Amino acid sequence: MSTSQLLIIALVLAALAFFAGRARAWAVAGESGGIRSLHSLPIHHGAMVALWCLLPALVVIVGWKLIEPAYISAVVADTVPAEVSAKGRQNVSLYRNEVENLAADGDVSDVTDEGKRLLGERLIAQRSSSRIALSLLVIAIALGGAAFAYRKIAVPMRARHSVEGAVRFLLVSSASIAILTTLGIVLSVLFESMRFFQQVNFVEFVTGTSWSPQTAIRADQIGSSGSFGAIPLFTGTLLISAIALLVAVPFGLMSAIYLAEYASPRVRNIAKPLLEILAGIPTVVYGFFAALTVAPAMRDFGQMIGLSVSSESALAAGMVMGIMIIPFVSSLSDDVITAVPQAMRDGSYALGSTQSETVRKVVIPAALPGIVGGVLLAASRAIGETMIVVMAAGLAANLTANPLEAVTTVTVQIVTLLTGDQEFDSAKTLAAFALGLMLFVVTLVLNVVALYVVRRYREQYE
Amino acid sequence: MIHSMSTTTISDILTPPVHPTGLNGEEQMDTAFDDIKGTVGTQTVDDPKMSAHGVDVFYGDKQAIFDVSLDIGNNEVIAMIGPSGCGKSTFLRCLNRMNDTIPTCRVSGSMSLDGQDLYDPSLDPVLLRARVGMVFQKPNPFAKSIYDNVAYGPRIHGLAGNRAELDDIVTESLKRAGLFDEVKDRLDSPGTGLSGGQQQRLCIARTIAVSPEVILMDEPCSALDPIATARIEELIDELRQNYAIAIVTHSMQQAARVSQRTAYFHLGKLVEVDDTNSVFTNPQHELTENYITGRFG
Repeated sequence: MSTSQLLIIALVLAALAFFAGRARAWAVAGESGGIRSLHSLPIHHGAMVALWCLLPALVVIVGWKLIEPAYISAVVADTVPAEVSAKGRQNVSLYRNEVENLAADGDVSDVTDEGKRLLGERLIAQRSSSRIALSLLVIAIALGGAAFAYRKIAVPMRARHSVEGAVRFLLVSSASIAILTTLGIVLSVLFESMRFFQQVNFVEFVTGTSWSPQTAIRADQIGSSGSFGAIPLFTGTLLISAIALLVAVPFGLMSAIYLAEYASPRVRNIAKPLLEILAGIPTVVYGFFAALTVAPAMRDFGQMIGLSVSSESALAAGMVMGIMIIPFVSSLSDDVITAVPQAMRDGSYALGSTQSETVRKVVIPAALPGIVGGVLLAASRAIGETMIVVMAAGLAANLTANPLEAVTTVTVQIVTLLTGDQEFDSAKTLAAFALGLMLFVVTLVLNVVALYVVRRYREQYE
Repeated sequence: MIHSMSTTTISDILTPPVHPTGLNGEEQMDTAFDDIKGTVGTQTVDDPKMSAHGVDVFYGDKQAIFDVSLDIGNNEVIAMIGPSGCGKSTFLRCLNRMNDTIPTCRVSGSMSLDGQDLYDPSLDPVLLRARVGMVFQKPNPFAKSIYDNVAYGPRIHGLAGNRAELDDIVTESLKRAGLFDEVKDRLDSPGTGLSGGQQQRLCIARTIAVSPEVILMDEPCSALDPIATARIEELIDELRQNYAIAIVTHSMQQAARVSQRTAYFHLGKLVEVDDTNSVFTNPQHELTENYITGRFG
């Protein structure tokens, strides 16, 4: 039986165990004076029996699959021809791989090399016996576990507690997966970055003002040695993010104030989802909107008033990005503004203030920490945004604060460094990981600050 | 219409009163409701500060107040008592048009302040509320410093020409609210950090800082402990020297202690109003007697 078949069998057994356990719990309840006499509901007893059936079987399957390869290779080690093993471990491994491939279809009778055929046959034999043994073991354990739990069903049995313990374990492991993945990403980026910093000085990377990552790939190649100063990239990122925030904060905040304070419930129910649709537009669509519509329009407008605007400008990319993050600002601000207690507004009205005085002097100050949190979240989104800037901001690493010129950003450079056929041992490609790490650190700090601010806000009215 | 949400929700106001003993069915309730033909006692005073005449209030289709006429005199405290949902808070909130914040609320009849119609279209409710201040059931200081809480009203009305005048107003208001000595060293700390009783006195200080002529209090002590309550009651008695005060309360002892006149509301009708003494010692209406002797409410 293959592993997937085995899993299905285990699941079927668990389902049967569930019904059996539940039926027995009903029977036990009937003997002892009704369902109220049981500590746990029949459904809990059923679930407990099913878990006892399934979980040990799963553990055995996983454990077996982890040990099996090492075990089989140890068993067949003596079949590897002496002249191969004499040449060292690498050769043995190569030889084994070759045979594994030949044996993959389960038939090696057509292999001409006798040594290989012999090894292949032994491999196949071992595999099939291992599989049979595993199948028997799993079925036995599943049935044994179910029987064990089935016999435990009794009036005082605390099946509910065991089931809830299992549920809690499931929840904890789900939560850990997200955390472990983040950790894995950080570590992989960190290790590649360390390789980069072995080739390029960290201080030079952080403080250098020239970015030109074209290194010579071969020793005889004539080319620049490359310079990795990240300052122009971070300047570009900050410039575009600043423009984006300049667009998003006023518009987002004002629309939030309108929606939360002025709009009638009917308008609000229509306008708020519409505004949030902005967040659902794919960034690549924003990208070509910026590159094909906004940037040329801006260049033409610049020409009209006598300004030289590059056809790929920080301004175009930043403005479109700003529109993209309006929903972040407006939606979060709307939530915190709505959360300001009505009693505060009433207090202000009762003192004879108008609606706009109330909004400006009472509601917004009370909601300010939450609004700041929302803006910081939007900022970290803007800093990490890639697609719009790839399409609209350009590739030239200019160190400039002029929004009319083309600039490039950290994310754009990461994309260009890693697209195409690249070797992952040159400083050029490794630089992408170093950039990624720094970007990650920056957005992480922003997020931590944002979360801290938002949390402080939450405690305020309690 | 200013905002649709409110801490005093419409359902709070409309919830029918609960009658634990005595009256035990709809029929009896209806009889009691129809029994209230008009108001017993003296509704008018010689020199009214505010006066209401034939006031009906509706929330949507539901009528919350039926034909209430009542005067509030200068330098008096009038207590409004009655079971939950009897309309006393609604009536109070009509007196400074706070009910404008509830979109479905409709008021008919006449209400006036110094003879001026409150619901005259040419009257700006914002200015009215500066003259008729309100203290709420739950203390609701702004998320600002103690100083800024009190200075808020004077600032928006431009009552102080410079910082020194503003300081004077704040100090004076805090003193009259009996809070100054407790907070004089920490005027910059947030008002939300005070205790419940202090917060309520801060709200009173905030209200008197704009020098209103009338102060409406909607169960100002219901969230406070007895000691804080006693302080507020003392304060109400002192404030009477300068203001007309209307106070809604669920505590009959409180009504008896602080007020000169008492109005008893029942199911949206004003059943009886008279000198506090005579209402509590010699109620004329059977419903009033039932309520103050604790048979229900």
